[in-house]
Amino acid sequence: MPITVRTFATLGDAATALAAERDARFLAGGTLVMRAVNEGDTVSTIVRSTDQGLVQVRPAGARIEIGAGVTMARILADRELAFLHPAARAVGGPAIRSMATVGGNLLAPTPYGDFATALLALDATVSIQNGYARRDMPLEDFFAARGRNASGLVASVFLARPAAGALRFRKIARVRPKGIAVLTIAALLPIAGGRIAGARVAYGAMGPTPLRVRAVERALEGRVLDEAGIAGAVAAASDGTLPASDAIASDWYRREILPVHLRRLLLGIAA
Amino acid sequence: MTKTAVQFRHNETDVAVFVDGAANLLAVLRDGIGDVAPKYGCGQGTCGVCTVLIDGEPHLSCLTLAESCQGRSVETAAGLKNGPELHPLQLAFMQHFAAQCGFCTPGMLMAAKALLDRNPAPTREDVAEAISGNICRCTGYEPIVNAILAAASHDDARRA
Repeated sequence: MPITVRTFATLGDAATALAAERDARFLAGGTLVMRAVNEGDTVSTIVRSTDQGLVQVRPAGARIEIGAGVTMARILADRELAFLHPAARAVGGPAIRSMATVGGNLLAPTPYGDFATALLALDATVSIQNGYARRDMPLEDFFAARGRNASGLVASVFLARPAAGALRFRKIARVRPKGIAVLTIAALLPIAGGRIAGARVAYGAMGPTPLRVRAVERALEGRVLDEAGIAGAVAAASDGTLPASDAIASDWYRREILPVHLRRLLLGIAA
Repeated sequence: MTKTAVQFRHNETDVAVFVDGAANLLAVLRDGIGDVAPKYGCGQGTCGVCTVLIDGEPHLSCLTLAESCQGRSVETAAGLKNGPELHPLQLAFMQHFAAQCGFCTPGMLMAAKALLDRNPAPTREDVAEAISGNICRCTGYEPIVNAILAAASHDDARRA
């Protein structure tokens, strides 16, 4: 079946067209949808949008709004977004990064989604265009619904700038300098009076979507980042994870190395 | 079936082609305008052999909707040489035995060009990062990295 391409000036029109057909897909950077087309997946219509809001990064009160069509390369070119650079750099090689988008990364199947893992640790909010309406939801809820009753079109994400150095990110891959994730860890570790206050820890490739690990967060609360202070968090590292076995690693291997890398990340030891 | 007219700059020439709805740029380059320098490898964004520059930035042409190239500039390895004169990167690849089977070479050349256009004096790590999305199964990468570094220092010598 030939595939129709439809391009819309506004996100509302694009979201409406997307909802009208079961096998319509929204094309942003192309790294997921064109791949699906090349592999012969059923795609009836490719929906695109030239809405400028998709590709903008702008301040939104105390937060920052990043359009879903903003590429990893664009993130890396923005010094204001330096806290996101390690996560953006973890995505693919330079060619992938000049195509792959923030919105696409939220929908990338495991073990992809390194950037989305960092967004989860940052407590990002996702703004969804549903027909002509817009609604916001926590990224965690977005992931819980992904692949089930999900509808609409990711328009942008909102996030607050973390304190300098508070976001730590690590991607573990077998190939250097670049490979698909065995696992990814992003941790927001705000320090107050020398102790952790309000930790948010997220994993990539340790479940069907990036996931938040509350057991680790709880174990870190009020602790000091030293060997004794992090012992509880390291012991709870794999709680609630559901990693897949794939061509990159087995579920056993992922669970086995997770505490090792969580410990190194928390102590600031090189991978 | 409806075809869409797309005009873009291909190397130094303006081209206009009719493309099928979801045709990717690689198919249009190879089958539409006969530029067979970029290759079809994986079709998934894994191998990098279809790498071209769009408005100076590296892109994977097999994952690029051809229609989205309207009005843009597309550079491929076929446009590197100037008449009979090879590009410094091509010469360096020959001198450093950076091609064995040659299948990855057009992608490697364009990934390297994207790097040197932005950073004329890269470190070894910069080069490794620049070609990290391009797979070579023959050379073990070292001759490729050496060739790109040599081409960079050649550029420096010319400017001095």
